[in-house]
Amino acid sequence: MSESLHTLTTMPAERRRGCPFDPPAELIEAREHGPISRYVFPDGHQGWLVSGYDLVRAVLADPRFSSRKELMIHHPTIDYSGIEVPPAPPGEFLLMDEPRHGRYRKPLVGKFTVRRMRQLTERVEQITAEHLDAMEKAGPPVDLVTAFAKPIPAIVICELLGVPYEDRGRFQEQIDTFLGGEASDEELIAAYVATQNYLAELVAAKRANPTDDVLSDLMDSDLTDEELRGMALILLSAGFDTTANMLALGTFALLRNPAQLAALRADPTMIDRAVEELLRYLSVAKQFYRVALEDVELGGQTIKAGTMVILSLNTANRDPERFTDPHVLDLNRQEGGHLAFSHGIHQCLGQQLARVEMRVAFPALLNRFPTLRLAVPADEVVLRPESADIYGVKSLPVAWDV
Amino acid sequence: MRISVDAGRCIGSGMCVLTAGEVFDQSEDDGKVVVLRPEPPAESWEAVRRAVDLCPSAALKALA
Repeated sequence: MSESLHTLTTMPAERRRGCPFDPPAELIEAREHGPISRYVFPDGHQGWLVSGYDLVRAVLADPRFSSRKELMIHHPTIDYSGIEVPPAPPGEFLLMDEPRHGRYRKPLVGKFTVRRMRQLTERVEQITAEHLDAMEKAGPPVDLVTAFAKPIPAIVICELLGVPYEDRGRFQEQIDTFLGGEASDEELIAAYVATQNYLAELVAAKRANPTDDVLSDLMDSDLTDEELRGMALILLSAGFDTTANMLALGTFALLRNPAQLAALRADPTMIDRAVEELLRYLSVAKQFYRVALEDVELGGQTIKAGTMVILSLNTANRDPERFTDPHVLDLNRQEGGHLAFSHGIHQCLGQQLARVEMRVAFPALLNRFPTLRLAVPADEVVLRPESADIYGVKSLPVAWDV
Repeated sequence: MRISVDAGRCIGSGMCVLTAGEVFDQSEDDGKVVVLRPEPPAESWEAVRRAVDLCPSAALKALA
C-alpha cells in the first residue's frame, strides 16, 4: 500500500493547547495514516517515523536495528549536515549495541531486581513522608516539582549509588540543563564539563573509600574509572529526571481527571494498575532512535541499511489497535504491555525502582492532602517543550485546604 | 504447561517476577530469571502467558 504512505517533514514543536497529556496532533495523525510514515530529516535524510505499537515493539526487540551513537548522524530537528558523531563514551551504555552494552549493563542488573527494589519501599516511604511534612509546614501554594517530584527520586538514586547528600543540588541543576530541552550550546558544554568533573571526583572517592552502595560494589570489577563515570552518569540522569517527571505530570493528570482520582482514593489497592496506566498514558520518555544495520522489511516497507528510524513510544502507547479508548486515562485498565520503559535489551534498568517510588509517592501525597488541587488554571501550567528528551511540567503549583 | 528459559537471552528486567511472582524469581547475583515452578499449576497459566509475552528479550517459553 505504498500509495498511501504518509510523509512528515518536521517534528511538531508543541502539543495542542488544552491537551498537555496527548502526543502532538501531527504524530497522532501519522498513526491514523498507518503504523509507519516517511520522515524527512532536516539534513534531507529520508528516514522513518514508526508510530504504531506492534512495529515499535518489533524494532525495539530486533538487533538489526542499532542504538550505536556513531551511526545516528541525522538529527530529527536540527541540520547537522556532515557532522562526525563519535561513539558513546565508555560506560554510557544507552547508545551502544552488544557486546559493548552488556559489559556495562550486566554488572548492574543484579542490583536492580524486583526484590532489591521492593526492599527500598520503607526508605522511600520515609523520604516521601519527610517531604510531605515540609510541604505541609510551608503551606499552600507549593510547587510540587521542587517540593516533591524532583527531590524524592533524586535522594533515592543518590543513596543507591552512594552520592553524598550535600552534592545533590549541583548535580540536579546540571541534569536539568541536559534534559530540559532549552539550554544553549554554551550552557550544555558548561554543564557537561561540570558533570564530568564531579563524576571524576565521585569515582575517585569511592575507589579510595568504598562504602555500601552500587558504585562502590562495582569497584571490585575490571571496569575502569572512565567506564564507571559513564555508568554513573547514565544511572544518575535516568534516576533524576524520569520518575520526577512522572510524579509531577502524573499528579497533574490525576487532578485533571477527578473521577479517576476519586476512584483511586476510594480503592488504594488500584495503585499498581494505576501506576502502569499513568506510565502508558503519559509516556514521558517519548521517542527513541535506531539505525538499520541491514535492509529490513518493516510494515510493508524496506528500511535500507544506514537509515534512521524514529520510534514514537507515546503514540505506540496510544495505539487504538492495542489499547481500547487509548486517549482515555483509565486507572483500572487491565491491558498491560505498555512500552513506557521501552522493550528489548535496552528496556529500562531502573523500572522496578521507578514502580516502587510511584507506588509509594502517589498514595502518600493523596492521603496527606485530601483536598489537593491546582493553584493556577490548568492552561497556565508550564510544560516542557517537545525538544526535551523527557516530557513533563516545569512547575506544578498546588494548594489544599488548611 | 512447561516453562523453558533461554538464560543467555535474559536481561533481568524482572517483568516475569512482577507478572507471575509465584512462578518466577530473579538471581541475587546477576538478576537473571529463576524458575520456581517449571510446571506451574493451572491457576498460574494466564499470568505465565502474560509474562512470556511481556518478556523484553524473548527469553521465556511456555509449552502447553
